Amino acid sequence: MIYVDSLNEGIVIDHIRAGAGFDIFFQLGLDKIDSVVLLMRNVPSEKMGRKDLIKVESNFELNLDILGLIDPNVTINIIQDGKIMKKFKLELPAAVSGILKCKNPRCISHREEIADSMFYLYDEQKRYYKCEYCDSVTWL
Amino acid sequence: MAVGSFAGSIADSHMAVRNYIVPTDLSLDDLRSIFALTDEIIKDCQKFQDVCKSKVMASLFFEPSTRTKFSFDAAMYRLGGNVIGFADPNTTSQAKGESLADTTRIISGYADLITVRSPYEGAAKHMSMYSSVPIINAGDGGHEHPTQTLTDLMAIRHYKQTLDGHVIGICGDLKFGRTIHSLISALSRYPNNKFVFISPPELQLPDYVAHNIDQSMILRQTDSLINEIGNVDILYMSRVQKERFVSEAEYLRLRDYYILNAEKMKRAKKDMVVMHPLPRLNEISAEVDSDERAIYFEQARYGMYVRMALIMNLLDLG
Ligand SMILES: [Zn+2]
Repeated sequence: MIYVDSLNEGIVIDHIRAGAGFDIFFQLGLDKIDSVVLLMRNVPSEKMGRKDLIKVESNFELNLDILGLIDPNVTINIIQDGKIMKKFKLELPAAVSGILKCKNPRCISHREEIADSMFYLYDEQKRYYKCEYCDSVTWL
Repeated sequence: MAVGSFAGSIADSHMAVRNYIVPTDLSLDDLRSIFALTDEIIKDCQKFQDVCKSKVMASLFFEPSTRTKFSFDAAMYRLGGNVIGFADPNTTSQAKGESLADTTRIISGYADLITVRSPYEGAAKHMSMYSSVPIINAGDGGHEHPTQTLTDLMAIRHYKQTLDGHVIGICGDLKFGRTIHSLISALSRYPNNKFVFISPPELQLPDYVAHNIDQSMILRQTDSLINEIGNVDILYMSRVQKERFVSEAEYLRLRDYYILNAEKMKRAKKDMVVMHPLPRLNEISAEVDSDERAIYFEQARYGMYVRMALIMNLLDLG
């Protein structure tokens, strides 16, 4: 296709649900890194109809928790020397911090300055998490 | 480096600190020894009058609850300890905007133990992350009130000898009743207990509570108290909480949905016991009070004794 295919070194996040690419782009902080980053939206896909796709030309530390939470169906390809070295599907993280906010208005996490409260996976199917403080169920 | 070693000693002591924030913070072994100790205390309370001599408990009630506060404070005084606290939460540094983390750091430097009641859910857990001394959750909003559960278990153990093998009827507001959720999860840790959940359709037990226990323990969910009262060994009544309702009419209708009276008690087993976390409204008529199967006033008394045992246990004085 275009320049993207010649990626020599880096990460390809594939099979992103169409429309979620933008969200992932910012959640991963890709707007803040110096490397070449490419976000493709509405790419035609046999399986999905349309999909989003992100390519990052560097081996930066990927936050798989964030990715898994936003869209657990994405595929990660690690590219080295122009070849796919590793390809894997994501799972929902068992515990996450820094992404979710507790939906319970009476939770202490809204009263105090708590930056990184933990949430534990509660219902995999519904992608529900439980707040470590008040046990309320929350989701992204 | 005095400062350094002081900080070090706080960090070290933190390693061993045990808290009671949610019921599962105590293992079945812990519970066994706390209940055994409670037995001893009930037998001879005087014997324990100096156990906490020179110990200080900070009693932080950021929301008023006279009943619970008195129970904790009396427990500490009967162990020979001292209690610090405040009469009016509006005058505290919390009210002046200090973070709960900072308040906790400061107070855990003064006290050997902190009991906390807060309208915010998860407050006790948050404090435990900054405290160098044990934290006891005396109620955090609608989340947990584990010493009420401890009280309930102690009363059941006393009147029914064991904590297993009972048919437990739980009646009233099963949807919002916090003490009920904790009690169900606590009793489900003991073998061969069976539950009958009795509530109006609007106030049924939430799925997240029902799903957390072994499904074979649930005998029935029903709205009929009269049909079930003869089947249960323990009947745990609860009140409908007004603050959960928007409509006054709906509240009044559900408040008086169940009224346990002498007539209904005739159908109950001879050795059945009636419990209630108190205060009660109309759900138990005064005429039931004189029935020897009504143990709800006794039940409250166990609260102080079991809190004495809990304090001793968390301070390793058991
Ligand atoms: Zn929460």
